[in-house]
Amino acid sequence: MELLKDREKQIYRTGKEPFALSCDKDSLAGAVSQRACVFCGSRVVLYPIADAIHLVHGPIGCAVYTWDIRGALSSGPELHRLSFSTDLQELDVIFGGEKKLKRALFELIERHSPKAAFVYSTCIVGIIGDDVDAVCREVAGKTNIPVIPVKSEGFMGNKRAGYTAACNAMDQLIGTGDTTGISPYSINILGDFNLAGEIWLIREYFERMGVEVVANITGDGRVADLQRAHGAALNVVQCSGATMELAQIMEDKYGVPFFHVSYFGIEDMAQALYDVAEHFKNPEIMEKTRQLVKEELESLLPKLAFYKKALQGKKAAIYVGGSFKAFSLVKTLRLIGMNVVMVGSQTGTEQEYRELAEITDPGTVIVDDANALELTSFLEEQKVDLFVGGVKERPIAFKLGVGFCDHNHERKEILAGFSGMLNFAQEVYASVMSPVWRFTYQNGASRGKKSDITIANPNE
Amino acid sequence: MSKNPPNYISTTNACKLCTPLGASLAFKGIEGAVPYLHGSQGCATYMRRYIISHYNEPIDIASSSLSEKHAIYGGGANLKLGLMNVTQKYRPQLIGIATTCLTETIGDDVKSLLCEYDKEVEGEKPIMIHVSTPSYSGTHMEGFHNAVTSVVKALAGRDGEQDMGSGVINILPGFVSPADIRYLKEIAADFPLKATILPDISDTMDGAAAEFYEKIQPGGTPISAIAAMNSSVGSIEFGHTMGKDSSGVLLAEKFGVENTRMPIPMGISATDTFFDCLSRLSGLPIPEKHQAERGRLVDAYVDSHKYIYGKKAIVYGEEDLVVGLTAFLAEIGVMPVLCASGGKSGKLAEMIQQVTADVLPEQPQVHEGMDFYEISEMAEELAPDLLVGHSKGYPLAQKLSIPIIRVGFPIHDRMGGQRILHIGYRGAQQLFDVVVNACIAKKQSDSPVGYSYM
Repeated sequence: MELLKDREKQIYRTGKEPFALSCDKDSLAGAVSQRACVFCGSRVVLYPIADAIHLVHGPIGCAVYTWDIRGALSSGPELHRLSFSTDLQELDVIFGGEKKLKRALFELIERHSPKAAFVYSTCIVGIIGDDVDAVCREVAGKTNIPVIPVKSEGFMGNKRAGYTAACNAMDQLIGTGDTTGISPYSINILGDFNLAGEIWLIREYFERMGVEVVANITGDGRVADLQRAHGAALNVVQCSGATMELAQIMEDKYGVPFFHVSYFGIEDMAQALYDVAEHFKNPEIMEKTRQLVKEELESLLPKLAFYKKALQGKKAAIYVGGSFKAFSLVKTLRLIGMNVVMVGSQTGTEQEYRELAEITDPGTVIVDDANALELTSFLEEQKVDLFVGGVKERPIAFKLGVGFCDHNHERKEILAGFSGMLNFAQEVYASVMSPVWRFTYQNGASRGKKSDITIANPNE
Repeated sequence: MSKNPPNYISTTNACKLCTPLGASLAFKGIEGAVPYLHGSQGCATYMRRYIISHYNEPIDIASSSLSEKHAIYGGGANLKLGLMNVTQKYRPQLIGIATTCLTETIGDDVKSLLCEYDKEVEGEKPIMIHVSTPSYSGTHMEGFHNAVTSVVKALAGRDGEQDMGSGVINILPGFVSPADIRYLKEIAADFPLKATILPDISDTMDGAAAEFYEKIQPGGTPISAIAAMNSSVGSIEFGHTMGKDSSGVLLAEKFGVENTRMPIPMGISATDTFFDCLSRLSGLPIPEKHQAERGRLVDAYVDSHKYIYGKKAIVYGEEDLVVGLTAFLAEIGVMPVLCASGGKSGKLAEMIQQVTADVLPEQPQVHEGMDFYEISEMAEELAPDLLVGHSKGYPLAQKLSIPIIRVGFPIHDRMGGQRILHIGYRGAQQLFDVVVNACIAKKQSDSPVGYSYM
């Protein structure tokens, strides 16, 4: 494949040369990156906080493209599923949007009585110079709820910078609540967004172990829980990119230690529970954890055997937002018998890519911030049977006659935890084994090939 | 008759999208074109995701990927780099460049930058079309129409007057589905007429399975056909709510190509107007096949009329689509009670009056600049039986426990949005059956009897 010169350094093939991969760069102009922007990063991290209003300060697009964008469920209020915008118009851009922002905040706070308000700055707000901080302070003073600016101007970096902005916003809430009565065996769950109800499953595991969960950050999140999150004994961080900075802030400010986990796949899920048990050095918790893992595996492993047999030797490619998730996916796919031949992410770090290079087979393509055409050519070159990715990757796979597993944030199936592992295997199986591929040309069909298809041209 | 609509400061669950999205879709309807957004990376990615979830097709929208320093010092260098990279990777015939709120506000002069690019860069270059689409002004429909006008302005008449013969017309359908465009082509071919349909997303946004992945999906209006639009015998332009500088008007004023504006042909009355116009422009009678289709449609209207008579509907979406839908619903006996759009042309009420005055005893409430919070509030009092519009009305339909008839864009909660047929006798037939059966199904599922006859 012909690569754009500036992109060559962001691609590595395992096993050939010593590891070298450039990442954490701005996307190349004209390359059709799969990345979004700073605003997107902030919005998706804070999105599941369900009893706050999330007001997007800017023209309508940013709010409307993020309306109900994630399958993040709430056990109570659902303010997060509404798309609030100041819908800035030309005159607001000329004369400033502060007045409109202030009036919009008062209106929405009166209407919905939220526990807090997040105000997201978009590109244009950064340019016209609205003093969002001052407006937030004033409204907070008059309404007696936290009104928190999120500095998420789209052009101020990539999605990662948005994670930082979201963490800084949450930092303003944490430490303001009462922590009495919190168990010494307590944790916050960071970096799970309760897609399809996953955090409920994970919480249940921890509760079965005898560990109290103080705050979900941010799946099924609540403002009051965040406010007392500093009272937890430990932060358990998934999806390293999104909330790691918050964990670091909380360690520096409140002395809450943290470590990374992943809830995808048997190995990582079990490891996450054991790590927490280990941390508390309580034999009872450890015993309950062993019991839990044993029970879950006894039920799961026989069911997985069927899928492993069916999928043995099939080839898979992975392209996800954060590369941390990619680790679990590599292991998970191996567990069901598949070989990973390409793995990439939008925002991985050098360390993460280096480790990916270490655990993957020789010849595996490792790619940072890939674009649509690169993904297409890697899938073709590696002749994969399955692509794991998000919404933007799906039509690429299907046009190439390749099965697809939606590992995106709007999915409606639990993929985390032990039962999620079974769902994952079932979804992969359903796509790879479907009889529809018999009709696609890449898989050997010949009837109606391109030479036979004519596209009607009205001028012919 | 319209009451004062609620007038809120904030927008909740908007009933509109932003201008660059409309421009990107319009550019996708041109053969060999790549849409390009001059702005930060997020805009292009968000729109791609939004569009993919409806069409289930790849859509590559390039971006200047501007960062902080470009926002301060100007995005010109990145624009040029981006155009160069797109040219190298995609080898497009045309790059459609739409601006965003960021680049409009920092004051990038895209027109001059493109002139500079033309001088600085050697070799074969694609045609560059630029459209100004600040997202704080108008909706995706303004973006769509302005992009089409920019293309016509730049290309039509480029090669002078062409001898096209008598049978060539222009059809400017606005934002309709790939299925609608395919049907328009079939109608034109049946007359027979040669029609340049601009834009044509019938293949680019609803492509066939193919052996090889094409960097740019095949299909779209050929550039040579656009260049010859000045030589057509007439243009038919769907929609009345766009401004005076539409592409049809431009072709009329600049080249004297007669322009007929009409509402999107939805339902029998509007489709009759459309066929009459085709007949007049071609000097040929309406083909038997389509007369027969009309006949079956009338028969179907009669068979099912009593299941839907007097049902109250809320119609929402793009203004021209709302006008077309309202005319259709009115002629089948459904009573539109609220016609709402996020757009603000100032013409919606007048247009709805025009297309329904002879059939509706009472005009519906018509409101522009609406969002779903306001529609939802009004719905409580109006107690509709049906919602008619895109899938973002689903939460309201669920709240009211009434059916939603999914039409237009986006359809994010069902498959096949690209295949919904809205226009012509055939589109009316399909929509009619959907509306009737939704009403019948509602009655059936609400009944404890479990009856198996209507």
